[in-house]
Amino acid sequence: MKQDITLKINGETYEVRIKPSETLLEVLRDKLGLTGTKEGCDTGKCGACTVLIEGKAVRSCLTLAITARDKEITTIEGLARGAELHPIQQAFVDYGALQCGFCTPGMIMISNAFLEENPDPTEKEIREALIGNICRCTGYVKIVEAIQASAKAMHQAK
Amino acid sequence: MRDFEYFEPASVNEAVALLAKYKKEAKILAGGTDVMVKLKHDFIRPKYVINIGAIPTLNYIDFDHGKELRIGALTTMRTLSESAKLVKTYPVICQAASQLGNPAIRNVATLGGNLCNASPAADSAPALIGLSAKAKIAGPDGERIIPLENFFSGPHSNVLKAGEILTEIQAPVPQANTKGVYLKCGARGVADLAIVGVAIIATIEAKSKVCSDIKIVLGSVAPTPVRAKKAEESIKGQKITEALIDESAQIAASEARPITDQRSSAEYRKTLVKVYVKRALRELA
Repeated sequence: MKQDITLKINGETYEVRIKPSETLLEVLRDKLGLTGTKEGCDTGKCGACTVLIEGKAVRSCLTLAITARDKEITTIEGLARGAELHPIQQAFVDYGALQCGFCTPGMIMISNAFLEENPDPTEKEIREALIGNICRCTGYVKIVEAIQASAKAMHQAK
Repeated sequence: MRDFEYFEPASVNEAVALLAKYKKEAKILAGGTDVMVKLKHDFIRPKYVINIGAIPTLNYIDFDHGKELRIGALTTMRTLSESAKLVKTYPVICQAASQLGNPAIRNVATLGGNLCNASPAADSAPALIGLSAKAKIAGPDGERIIPLENFFSGPHSNVLKAGEILTEIQAPVPQANTKGVYLKCGARGVADLAIVGVAIIATIEAKSKVCSDIKIVLGSVAPTPVRAKKAEESIKGQKITEALIDESAQIAASEARPITDQRSSAEYRKTLVKVYVKRALRELA
């Protein structure tokens, strides 16, 4: 029943032995030690488990690991370049867009996918993009500000 | 989750063969946004999970001017909501798809999955029923095509038989001067199921302003998506005035048979039907 599959995560290749019923979230956290991606509700509602598969934001808790094989997966661990934070991460820090930090990886991943497609968004568009990610601490204001700042920073970097 | 055996058929025929073989012990997996939740809650316990997500021939939007629309069952909500082809002639489909869930869900959720899951709240159903869409089904005995309106047999229950798979949704070319709108009332984004959904497709003659044809389809207020046929009859052949809007919305509300659940009371749902039918009619008039 177990299968050996290859997962390509943040530019690295991992060989894992999995059961078909294991989710990508479980494999990331429990088998590969990539615990940046969080388990919030485990049923696709909260967004804490958000990762990118081929650049598209998905719920890793609703993704069977076996279906993600051989595809480019990006997790929160893949954003920073060594000690240098990704502009979105830096903006979250600068704007105080996190308190407990639990929703933060998911927020940053969805923002990353969103800004890649929509580099100059309105506030309304940002809030629409975040609609599937719950934050219990911040009230979202700083998160939105951080994303607005990220958009500018990413625009200038290009 | 419980263990299961996993298959990735490469074609519709392979999928049909697997489904015909394993029957009730098999479950189709596409985007996973409904099935994975059911698996985790142990609502379903399939021995065999058949992932049709990789079948290359089911992801398409075929539309040419003057020809009927054909949408492959694996087309995602994201693709539907952003389709330049659809937005010109069938914008109500884009509108409905864009209101389902949230961006991460829409990236993988499929049209076929939303319809086959057959929630009475399914966001893609009312607009398509209003457009007189048909469902194309492949099975061990060949293909069949049925009106989408007849596809649903109850809450989370569809008419697919063992071995059958929904492959395509077809919609006829709309008559001239036809517009549609899908309005959804629900908590946005996360606990997202529609409390009430209303789709109205209306053909309004340009000069006389008479509504020659109208379909009013309600979601979340009956065991399946339902047509408010009496409300439709009250409008057909008439000019849409404010008084008529009021009257028809009231009739539509009386045709709704909602339940009380954790999202809303039956009484409030009836009120919402009236409100949303009015809003939709005003938009179209």
